[in-house]
Amino acid sequence: MSSDLDVFVGNTTLIDEEVYRLWLDGHSVAEAVARRLRGGLLEREATSVAVLQSDTRDHYRTFQMLERLLHAPPRLLQQLLFQIPPERQALLVQRYYAFDEALARELLGKKLSKGTKKELDEVSARTGVGIRSCRRQFDNFKRVFKAVEELRGPLAENIQQLFLLPPSLARDYAAIVFFANSRFETGKRRLQFLSFGDFAACAQSMMAHWSQGALAPEAAEPDGDLPKSFLQDLKELKVLVTDKDLLDQHKSLVCSALRGKISVYNELEANFKVIEPCRSDKWSPGDLRLFLQHYTAAPRNLPGFRHQALWERYMAAISACLLRMFHD
Amino acid sequence: MPGKLKVKIVAGRHLPVMDRASDLTDAFVEVKFGNTTFKTDVYPKSLNPQWNSEWFKFEVDDEELQDEPLQITVLDHDTYSANDAIGKVYIDIDPLLYSEAATVISGWFPIYDTIHGIRGEINVVVKVDLFNDLNRFRQSSCGVKFFCTTSIPKCYRAVVIHGFVEELVVNEDPEYQWIDRIRTPRASNEARQRLISLMSGELQRKIGLKVLEMRGNAVVGYLQCFDLEGESGLVVRAIGTACTLDKLSNTSAFLPACNSPSKEMKEIPFNEDPNPNTYSSGPSTPLKNQTYSFSPSKSYSRQSSSSDTDLSLTPKTAPSPQGPRIFLFPSSPTLSCDSPHLKKSCLLLSGSSIKPLHSSHVSPVVLRKSVSFTEELLLAASGMGSGSAGKEGGPFKTLLRQQTQSALEQREFPFFTLTTFPPGFLVHVGGVVSARSVKLLDRIHNPDEPETRDAWWAEIRQEIKSHAKALGCHAVVGYSESTSICEEVCILSASGTAAVLNPRFLQDGTMEGCLEQRIEEASPPGCGFCHIPYDELNMPFPAHLTYCYNCRKQKVPDVLFTTIDLPVEAIVVGKGCLIQARLCRLKKKAQAEANATSISNLLPFMEYEVHTQLMNKLKLRGMNALFGLRIQITVGENMLMGLASATGVYLAALPTPGGIQIAGKTPNDGTYEQHISHMQKKINDTIAKNKELYEINPPELPEEIIGSPIPEPRQRSRLLRSQSESSDEVTELDLSHGKKDAFVLEIDDTDAMEDVHSLLTDVPPPSGFYSCNTEIMPGINNWTPEIQMFTAVRVSRLSNINPTNQTLNKNFNDLCENLLKSLYFKLRSMVPCCLCHVNFTVALPEDELVQIAVTAVAITYDKNQALQANKAPTEKSQQRASTDNEEQLQFPLELCSDPLSSQPFSPAKEVLEGASSHTGIPAAQRATSVDYSSFADRCNSWIELIKLKAQTIRRGSIKTTTSLEKASPLAEGYLRHRSVPSGTNSTVSVVKMTPLSFLPGAKITKYLGIINMFFIRETTSLREEGGVSGFLHAFIAEVFAMVRAHVAALGGNAVVSYIMKQCVFMENPNKNQAQCLINVSGDAVVFVRESELEVLPPQPAAAAQPTGAAGDVTT
Repeated sequence: MSSDLDVFVGNTTLIDEEVYRLWLDGHSVAEAVARRLRGGLLEREATSVAVLQSDTRDHYRTFQMLERLLHAPPRLLQQLLFQIPPERQALLVQRYYAFDEALARELLGKKLSKGTKKELDEVSARTGVGIRSCRRQFDNFKRVFKAVEELRGPLAENIQQLFLLPPSLARDYAAIVFFANSRFETGKRRLQFLSFGDFAACAQSMMAHWSQGALAPEAAEPDGDLPKSFLQDLKELKVLVTDKDLLDQHKSLVCSALRGKISVYNELEANFKVIEPCRSDKWSPGDLRLFLQHYTAAPRNLPGFRHQALWERYMAAISACLLRMFHD
Repeated sequence: MPGKLKVKIVAGRHLPVMDRASDLTDAFVEVKFGNTTFKTDVYPKSLNPQWNSEWFKFEVDDEELQDEPLQITVLDHDTYSANDAIGKVYIDIDPLLYSEAATVISGWFPIYDTIHGIRGEINVVVKVDLFNDLNRFRQSSCGVKFFCTTSIPKCYRAVVIHGFVEELVVNEDPEYQWIDRIRTPRASNEARQRLISLMSGELQRKIGLKVLEMRGNAVVGYLQCFDLEGESGLVVRAIGTACTLDKLSNTSAFLPACNSPSKEMKEIPFNEDPNPNTYSSGPSTPLKNQTYSFSPSKSYSRQSSSSDTDLSLTPKTAPSPQGPRIFLFPSSPTLSCDSPHLKKSCLLLSGSSIKPLHSSHVSPVVLRKSVSFTEELLLAASGMGSGSAGKEGGPFKTLLRQQTQSALEQREFPFFTLTTFPPGFLVHVGGVVSARSVKLLDRIHNPDEPETRDAWWAEIRQEIKSHAKALGCHAVVGYSESTSICEEVCILSASGTAAVLNPRFLQDGTMEGCLEQRIEEASPPGCGFCHIPYDELNMPFPAHLTYCYNCRKQKVPDVLFTTIDLPVEAIVVGKGCLIQARLCRLKKKAQAEANATSISNLLPFMEYEVHTQLMNKLKLRGMNALFGLRIQITVGENMLMGLASATGVYLAALPTPGGIQIAGKTPNDGTYEQHISHMQKKINDTIAKNKELYEINPPELPEEIIGSPIPEPRQRSRLLRSQSESSDEVTELDLSHGKKDAFVLEIDDTDAMEDVHSLLTDVPPPSGFYSCNTEIMPGINNWTPEIQMFTAVRVSRLSNINPTNQTLNKNFNDLCENLLKSLYFKLRSMVPCCLCHVNFTVALPEDELVQIAVTAVAITYDKNQALQANKAPTEKSQQRASTDNEEQLQFPLELCSDPLSSQPFSPAKEVLEGASSHTGIPAAQRATSVDYSSFADRCNSWIELIKLKAQTIRRGSIKTTTSLEKASPLAEGYLRHRSVPSGTNSTVSVVKMTPLSFLPGAKITKYLGIINMFFIRETTSLREEGGVSGFLHAFIAEVFAMVRAHVAALGGNAVVSYIMKQCVFMENPNKNQAQCLINVSGDAVVFVRESELEVLPPQPAAAAQPTGAAGDVTT
């Protein structure tokens, strides 16, 4: 006697967190049942495989119906079809938009296009994230990207509002959007040691200090794009590097300020321009921070340098990024 | 023209994309009522149109207001081709037609399409201005309140319970009209939905008219059903109990604003009219089909005591073979039916040329009045001393009975659809009475004269009434009716519980107040209703009687079966449990009469077996009474299925059930004997285990106290036969094992062996779970507010090539057991919890398909408190009883011919006065006692509040340990505060749904009206929608959503007494098609958490509404 039709519908929609996790991970019903069995559910609840199958199918159907709404979380809150308590709704959204950092790291700075989606098989193999889950996460990135692409105002807040994500997750998405938009090359070998978290932090600093929104909250440009004017202005700062005189003066100013305060003073001089070697020279983060402070402040005393404000804006983000990157 | 309906279309949201090119929609709305249609402007290129229309006004008479639904259609404007319909919303405006209910309907409604399901939402505001109508001949019954709840609704007091009302209307089913061949499925579905909506409105209006004529203002226990008779038509029928209700907070009788006819009506006492014909054609009831309930009692008593003139009015009954008649009593030996009525009517039936097919059964269940009661009566009546305890039928008692009897006999059908009564209302319960009848459907030729169907039901009701009489009862409570249809064969069933009602409620101030008071005080709590109603020396059937184990003075049967809920005052040992009997019987495929014959031949066997199963399972659990018994017999093409559900309990008043003994037929066979003894051991173990599980440890009573002065019936068998059947072919049946000791199961063949096996296959629910099909679970009283209502549906294919009854039984049994198991697993996070009001319905949609639908509510209770709470509940129930006494008890049944009819003005007021005068307490005193009760009430809720707090603390701690990945508090806070991006409004308010009449830990402050909805869903892309399961899953979710939206629009936050009355599913996988019809109903209410009641000062209910619902289930 086989059950052709088998449904269970509660007035309050039942959400099983474990099954939701399995579904999000892209397992089929059969795989999910197998995993639940391995979890020892059968013994714990003294039930049968058939019951477990029926239960899993019910949940999967519910999730499939919910998925459409999860694509636009505010609709999940407004819809009348499923009665779900607010904290459960929050959980559904949060889990749906949560992503594997390894995957996000791989995709960082890449164009969220069909071509990239086709490469997901390799990414899946590299990261160990199931292909179906990879696709879902990729689609999430793309959906968020599309939704906020044209919006004004702070990126993270826009995302938070449109997708009802917790602030930290929204900030991560903002970073993804930022990188996808500005196409920083994050795949270089030298940057391999950096995690998604590092880049996310960098993106946040850059957006915080460099974007239009940082200067004028009502700015017309989206935060994800760095303002052209700013990039233009940065050229002015080149004098600090190109003008040999200025460079030397800058150097000496920083050195004199730091004398005696940094344990590895000897190598200090070598460390202008290329910061990465600091790591090999066993700088402490405190040292680096101090160095950067003075490095930023020093040009104030340089004669004929008229871009101090711009310089500080530039350096604020750079310093934060460097500090973040400077880890083991 | 006494009504103006006003409708405003505000906005839409989440509309589907109708124009692929632009990915947008040009939506407008048509608002239709009756034959008038208004349209909004087209709101171009938007999926979230803001129409903000003017008020569309419909000027209509109230008859139309009651019948017609408001029909709102959302369309996509198309310049070049026909406008495409997006979907519809039907709004029943009935709740706006009586005061006290909703005043406005306003909110977001899902836009529903029968092919695509829900497609966005629309915001609508509806209002009604009613003008008083002085036309006494009008056809409307605006103002009569309807309740699905089968008890007196929580915030009302019953002033008078008038009694049974019924009505049916018939029509052709649009699905079977010729036009259906040329129209689209959508058009056909919509025609059907609209027709049924219209018929429901008409039915409700007609029932309302009857209520007004009885001078009532409400219908309680309203049950409306559809019979989809296919070719032969569509029947919508309803039954209910007419009452005059009084809102508890109001001191004055509250009569509906527009029930003016009730005044005019009262000069027409329906039982004094000498001429029934003039009555039925009289000005106030020009509807022909009302004749039944209003036919004067005289004609009725004629028909019951002598030849059945009414029965002979059923010529359209197919000339079909005589069905056997069988009476089954759970505990009594062979039946010699002493009731002259019954005998006569049986004989008449069998001898007459009409030969309806009938099978019926009666099981005993009653209680005698308490000892002290009897003594008082004897004293009062004869001045003799006491000592006559055991004697039944003192003269005064007889007098009482006669009074009751005469009062009740004046009703055509002294039936009550209520299942819960105020304490003291039920005097004795006699047992389950039921009747079934197999009919051949024929086309209903004239929809305006549905006499055939009316006659069918009248016939069955007569039979029920006579069964009740045979049990010494004058009334039937917990009454319900149902049908099962397969092709052209229809089984009509009715069942209820024969009962004797308190004469105090049957009289209007004729009794001495003081006497009554004493009766009340003296009547022993908790066992009175168990005492047998029939005379011990003149029993309708030999039963196994003992002295009541509670009061030890009156006689009780050994087992009690009822269709009602467990009375609050009943003394119960341990907990209850759901007991089901399941049965399949193969039947040959046949046509028309042959088919009807074979079905009616099978019925008595099924009844018998269902009964045996119930009895055995009851004993297996060590219990002695069944409540909420519902036996459903479903007819399919090649089989019949029987499913009986009930809640077993151990009543302290009834004797401890004996065990079950099995006896082998083949002696001298070693292995066989061994097997038998093995089985016996298993059975004994099960009983012991169950006793432990359900905490059944009744106090041991020394034998001497009980004594056994009652002549033991020679044998205790469960099968009884009435004369009618002994005269025909059923006599040959070998039912011998039933004639032996009731507790002995004889194993004489493999079938019997199977039966015993199947007994043992019922697995008890996993620990932490209890289940029952009644409103409350005996033995659990510390519910938390956490509830989860659900519907589960399964369709299984019986794939056996050569099915036998045994394999079918096993399949069916497994199907039910697995379904239950599945429910327990799904709801495991709610443990400790109880599944209440578990309602199974079985259908046989196709040859080998069995469909089971279950609706129930899971309620979490507090286990820790359950342990210590043993004392508290009794205190509490006593308190409650006292408040009930004050608030609810004073409603004399209006059965009288006399005092009221002679006093022509304002009936309700008089009744009130009558009530207060015959309690003999001055008004002032009554007032103080009311105060006291409300004080007690407050104490209760205060205690509840403390409990609630304790619970939340405890739960909170558990939560932190178990849920590892809780939503981050930040996100939660964020969601709560920010809720939604600009431009959209707040989140959806929570609407609770429950099949129970109450919400644990909450107080219902307002009833907003009845919800009665019918939906059809069809698909031609079944696979794409996730197959049959995906299709039905979505549809049920949609139905829930639409119910919730309507309740929320009425300003409510819950549906109580929710029931899914029909779920008809048909599929055609080859064509990738499926269709489903669902009919649901319930009462929309506003509730306030008891805890909030305490914390907040009394507030308008509406204000508390959204927050009141916040804490729903978190799994």
